[in-house]
Amino acid sequence: MNAQTRTAAAKASGDGAAMDTFPKFLLSNAVKLADRPAMRHKDLGIWQSWTWSQLLFEIRAFSMGLAALGVKRGDKVAIIGQNRPRLYWAFCAVQALGGVPIPVYADSVAEEMVYVLNHAEVKFAICQDQEQVDKVLSMGKQLKKLKKIVYDEIRGLRDYDHANLHAIDGVEALGEADFEANGDKAWVEGINKGKGGDIAVMLYTSGTTGRPKGVMLSFDNLRISAENGNAFDGLDQTEETLAYLPLAWVGDHIFSYAQHYTAGYCVCCPESPETADADRREIAPTYFFAPPRVFENLLTAVIVRMEDAGNLKKKMFHSFMDHARKVGERILNGEPVGTWDRFKYFLGEYLVYGPLKNRMGFTRMKVGYTAGEAIGPEIFSFYRSLGLNLKQLYGQTEASVYITAQPDGEIRADTVGKPSPDVEIRIADNGEVLYRSPGVFVGYYKNDEATKETKTKDGWVHTGDAGFFDKEGHLKIIDRAKDVGKLKNGSLFAPKYIENKLKFFPNIKEAVAFGDGRDYCAVFVNIDLTSIGSWAERNNIAYASYQELAQHPEVYKTIESHVDQVNRDLASEELMAGSQIRRFLVLHKELDADDGELTRTQKVRRSFIAERYSPLIDALYDGSKEKHIETEVVFEDGRKGRIAATVEIRDMKEHPPSFVAEGMKEAAE
Amino acid sequence: MNVHLKPIHEIRMTRPDDGIAPGKPLLVVDNISLAFGGVKAITNISFDILKGEIRAIIGPNGAGKTSMLNVINGFYHPQEGTITFRGEKRSRMRPHVAAHQGIARTFQNIALFKGMSVLDNIMTGRITLQNRNLFWQALWRGPAEQEELEHREAVEHIIDFLEIEHIRKTPVGRLPYGLQKRVELGRALAAEPSLLLLDEPMAGMNLEEKEDMSRFILDVNQQFGTTIALIEHDMGVVMDLSDRVVVLDYGRKIGDGTPDEVRNNQDVIDAYLGVSHDE
Repeated sequence: MNAQTRTAAAKASGDGAAMDTFPKFLLSNAVKLADRPAMRHKDLGIWQSWTWSQLLFEIRAFSMGLAALGVKRGDKVAIIGQNRPRLYWAFCAVQALGGVPIPVYADSVAEEMVYVLNHAEVKFAICQDQEQVDKVLSMGKQLKKLKKIVYDEIRGLRDYDHANLHAIDGVEALGEADFEANGDKAWVEGINKGKGGDIAVMLYTSGTTGRPKGVMLSFDNLRISAENGNAFDGLDQTEETLAYLPLAWVGDHIFSYAQHYTAGYCVCCPESPETADADRREIAPTYFFAPPRVFENLLTAVIVRMEDAGNLKKKMFHSFMDHARKVGERILNGEPVGTWDRFKYFLGEYLVYGPLKNRMGFTRMKVGYTAGEAIGPEIFSFYRSLGLNLKQLYGQTEASVYITAQPDGEIRADTVGKPSPDVEIRIADNGEVLYRSPGVFVGYYKNDEATKETKTKDGWVHTGDAGFFDKEGHLKIIDRAKDVGKLKNGSLFAPKYIENKLKFFPNIKEAVAFGDGRDYCAVFVNIDLTSIGSWAERNNIAYASYQELAQHPEVYKTIESHVDQVNRDLASEELMAGSQIRRFLVLHKELDADDGELTRTQKVRRSFIAERYSPLIDALYDGSKEKHIETEVVFEDGRKGRIAATVEIRDMKEHPPSFVAEGMKEAAE
Repeated sequence: MNVHLKPIHEIRMTRPDDGIAPGKPLLVVDNISLAFGGVKAITNISFDILKGEIRAIIGPNGAGKTSMLNVINGFYHPQEGTITFRGEKRSRMRPHVAAHQGIARTFQNIALFKGMSVLDNIMTGRITLQNRNLFWQALWRGPAEQEELEHREAVEHIIDFLEIEHIRKTPVGRLPYGLQKRVELGRALAAEPSLLLLDEPMAGMNLEEKEDMSRFILDVNQQFGTTIALIEHDMGVVMDLSDRVVVLDYGRKIGDGTPDEVRNNQDVIDAYLGVSHDE
């Protein structure tokens, strides 16, 4: 890069203007952190990197090119694709022009996308590749406002009509030409016109219920949340993270964008979604975020591989893991531990924990977070005992993520921590959690009604989750407030609480509990193919399909023992003892987002499932031993098919309540 | 600035241009007959493959399709007829000549090195493009190393193109069938062929894998301008993919033309649906 290219940009950052938008952070980082790595991307098997000053160079060209295509202040620009540097640059390039980027889930089918693009009145779409371009083009005339499509990868697009279709390469060339001719003064002025109160991004919530809603977040929302997060965990420009979660998800937007700009750290994009695991190992991120299922899958993979390992390795693994379970967490929390135990743990670090962490790509991890769903206590403590500072947080799109987080040294598997900096929390009379913070969203786009329902006049936001504070001031979430119901006998029924207990078994991938307003609690179970499949292989159980494996009597026996264990657990809890599982069945197909059974973030859509499988639910409550069912399935290309199966239903016995409660004792007398 | 690797469409093919203008015949087989003892596998077949097209060879089982491919790349030697490739007329092709002249192929039953990684398998496809002799290659340091780096870059482009980054280092034997087929295509592409012969690229695949493979075949044709001849049984795929189709039955050519022409050809319909022999 030559010196002249920095002129206006460098001066602007020296002005000491308020740092309230991300493009302003870009200008300042390009000077302050000029030679620090800002982004990496594995391309053709080699990690390519960009420093902050190179990032400015690229984004400026991209942005000025977009301006030449006609992107103006207030224009909505959709960003569709996976985690690739240029798509992250697109956010900043659009924001620099005063436009509003709208990331869209890359795996959503055209019909889902058309609603979002139309609702947001998108004028431009920046797509990763042919697949996404095809989706946008297939919506054709339905998108009245759409003017131009920009794409990253040319493959397969060569013969398309390029009247309104542009390659990012071409757009950058346009911008560079403009820059060579006229400099970037106007562009920098445009950035300086941006204010903290402007809408920075619109994120469509995947919508567990109804249509997706466009959450408008301002620069201030994101920036203050990100800066608070940085301060809370001591994050600075030396961090490296791996961007592998959907762009459209608020978590990724905070971790891979807002915090990336405010802390100035380096974000690494994997080669492809399938290589994320291997790429994580190469990068060894220092700051890592993953939903519980990622940690579950990793652990399952480790356990499965250990089953196949030699005897010596197996012995070492188990003996040192037992030791880690005993003292690992205490060492991590800084509690006193005996010298011998410390020595043994130190030895284990060399022999087992270190190599294991290396395998999983956690060697350099300073802080790791899990959120989105409850994590199994055993999984959680497995990672903690290895010396990994894994913590939980509780957040929402509407809050710019942070609501509560666990401070270092105060980690519990069953809570989500204390209120994050600047966040106030109160519990409503019905048990619902409400919060107020600088991160609270501006409103839902074109949906004042929903905004009013969610956000009170004085800024409190309804989370829709039921929870309570424990004695130490940690928040505990039990379920969605509207999902918490009652059985006919009056006992409390918290479906997610029961489902989570089931899902903590590696053999169970997904569970759906029913019981509100019914006689007893009954569940659908989805087996985990990785775990059960490997077990079947080891036990010489042959199967031709998921469906056949799911209905195998031995599998039923295993699942039955898990359900029994859950019932035993529930029996020991005062609130939950009444809602033990009376009947269960193993579903013949995997619940899938393509069939609408899960949200794009892999959460169960209970009411939809209840409708789709209503014959099975009836069978759960009419005492039948098995039931035939036919379901429609959607393949990845949008075609439809049907699968039929006869599903077996098992009865379970309830355990007598085993907790000791005041009322119970009196009643006994 | 960054050392950026060139996007694949900017990579110049190392193989010299075959000198045939698009739309002109790249390969012409003229009056080919092939017999194994008394069994006539192919009788008097003539057709051509034009530069840049996707040409399908179809026909019922035992029609002589694979034999035809084997004749084209020199594995079988016909008793009669000539093969003209890139303007050079021969009465028989030899496999190594075919490979050096730019004919690459995949096989009906995957022929990969099962114990080698995907990367190494595809690297073997570059063998005809290697210039350094055994001495330099054995010495390794120096020119051979530089050359290997260039080949590796080309192979990485193919890996990227076929979206198999995640299995780069996996031994081929551990991969599912559909992926092995893709790797085999990758190896054929690594030779930067001017004519690519695909023997049932979609046999035994499920719908989704077939769609992926179809997309790759179209992309190869579009991106690299590679001429493709393919044998395939799935009629839907053949009709969608190919520019022209030649139909064989009992070793004879019974149809030749665009998919629509072939579809309406009575001889072809009879061959596929069967015809009563009473009359």
